[in-house]
Amino acid sequence: MRYAMAIEVNKCVGCGDCVVACQTENNVPLGYSRDWIVEVVKGEYPNLFLHFESQRCNHCEDTPCVRTCPTGASHVIEGGIVKVTHDECIGCGACIEACPYDARYFHPDGYVDKCTFCDHRVADGLDPACVSVCPTKCMHFGDLDDPDSEISQLLRTREHYTLLPEAGTAPQIYYLK
Amino acid sequence: MEERLLATARDIHGLYPHVHIWGWPIATYLFLGGLAAGILLFATLYYLKGKEDDMPFTVKIAPIFTFFFVSFGSLLLVYDLHHKPFFWRLFTAFRIESPMSWGAWTLMSVTLFSLLWPLSFIDDIHEYLHERGWHRMEKITAWIIRMEHKWKLFRWVVMFFRKYRTVFAWILLFLSIILGIYTGILLSAFNAHPLWNNSILGPLFLTSGVSTGSAFVMWLSNNKKERKLMSTIDMALIATELFFIVHMIMGMQAGPEAYKEAAHLFLGGQFTVLFWVVFVGFGLVLPFILEALELKGLHIHPALPALLVLVGGFIFRIIMVYAGQMSEYHFL
Repeated sequence: MRYAMAIEVNKCVGCGDCVVACQTENNVPLGYSRDWIVEVVKGEYPNLFLHFESQRCNHCEDTPCVRTCPTGASHVIEGGIVKVTHDECIGCGACIEACPYDARYFHPDGYVDKCTFCDHRVADGLDPACVSVCPTKCMHFGDLDDPDSEISQLLRTREHYTLLPEAGTAPQIYYLK
Repeated sequence: MEERLLATARDIHGLYPHVHIWGWPIATYLFLGGLAAGILLFATLYYLKGKEDDMPFTVKIAPIFTFFFVSFGSLLLVYDLHHKPFFWRLFTAFRIESPMSWGAWTLMSVTLFSLLWPLSFIDDIHEYLHERGWHRMEKITAWIIRMEHKWKLFRWVVMFFRKYRTVFAWILLFLSIILGIYTGILLSAFNAHPLWNNSILGPLFLTSGVSTGSAFVMWLSNNKKERKLMSTIDMALIATELFFIVHMIMGMQAGPEAYKEAAHLFLGGQFTVLFWVVFVGFGLVLPFILEALELKGLHIHPALPALLVLVGGFIFRIIMVYAGQMSEYHFL
């Protein structure tokens, strides 16, 4: 099992529904967010191109956050989902420093918080909250180890990129062009 | 042209515009850890060389300070934690991959040994204080000696340590090197910050820490031979540090874009003056020259080069902690 997400950047309108759905589903404190949207503008005036990227923890294959965690609070569960056990976390910040995507933050209660791919929903066979609410259906969640899954087929047929591949963490959020 | 902007609000303290979650407490701890490592390294090394009577300050007196340095450093670390009630979780796990994990264990062991080491010399220390006329301190050692005679277990621990001191000296020598190198490796383990992510940082921090240790001994010792030796050693360490620094920047300049940007923080960027003038100029080159002149026979108060090295070492860690967090990959 290897969970991943594929996001069609040209379908995304940057509405922010994914961000709000996550905040509601996961009781994310006010002002904080586990996912966010980046507006990317390319080209020279007047030939400008714009697309949106819905970003979150990349649930990397090679996890510097888990490696640097001194207590083992940061860990990887079945399916490659990176999680934090709150009462093992001492709030040292090593994982926040280790993440090239700034996907982790200190929860106001002190422990480190981040995207969980909504593993509680995934366990029930549901999509993560962000994916399930997307009005343009630009986000796809699934298992890369299953060659027949929608995401495997999309990645086989569509051109895609990941964020900061040069950081060497093998990120698992794919952006379809 | 490519422009990236955050389109949804993410007002999280310490993440934007760049990660800034570690500040002066971490830098101070790195400094104190390196300083303690340096002092203990000299103490154990010269003890093992049989110089305990020729160099009493290095072997017996200076290590007393290390207990306070590492204890205060540990307090700063706990103060910096965001989930403080769970700090004990550090000691229910040992993760070899995480420098912070084995660093925490090393720090705890060094704290314990740095208390036992001077205790095993308590009679000599008492005599030394008497000779130098430090009567207030003498009262404290007299009290400890009284306690030692009163409490059997305490006496047993001190005697045990005294009996196997050579074995403990080897252990402590090893631990002090680990502590010194760990203060650098802690930072170099973070791939997300190119300025930290180079393999020379561990040796550089170790050298700098040992240099501050030698400066500390040079400053407070009253033995001319000891001072001269520490001054000579410090010069060699400063030269090594300068070599490592040039090496580090060359390495980053030869690297990918994010590493070149990291080097630029020191080569025209906002840390240029602080790094080259304040740290390298006043913290390395000037004390090197002063020490060289002193060896040539010019009368220079040893406190001057020593304080320059110590302040320089502290500023170096402040620069590395702050500049390191500014050096990152750009996903935004």
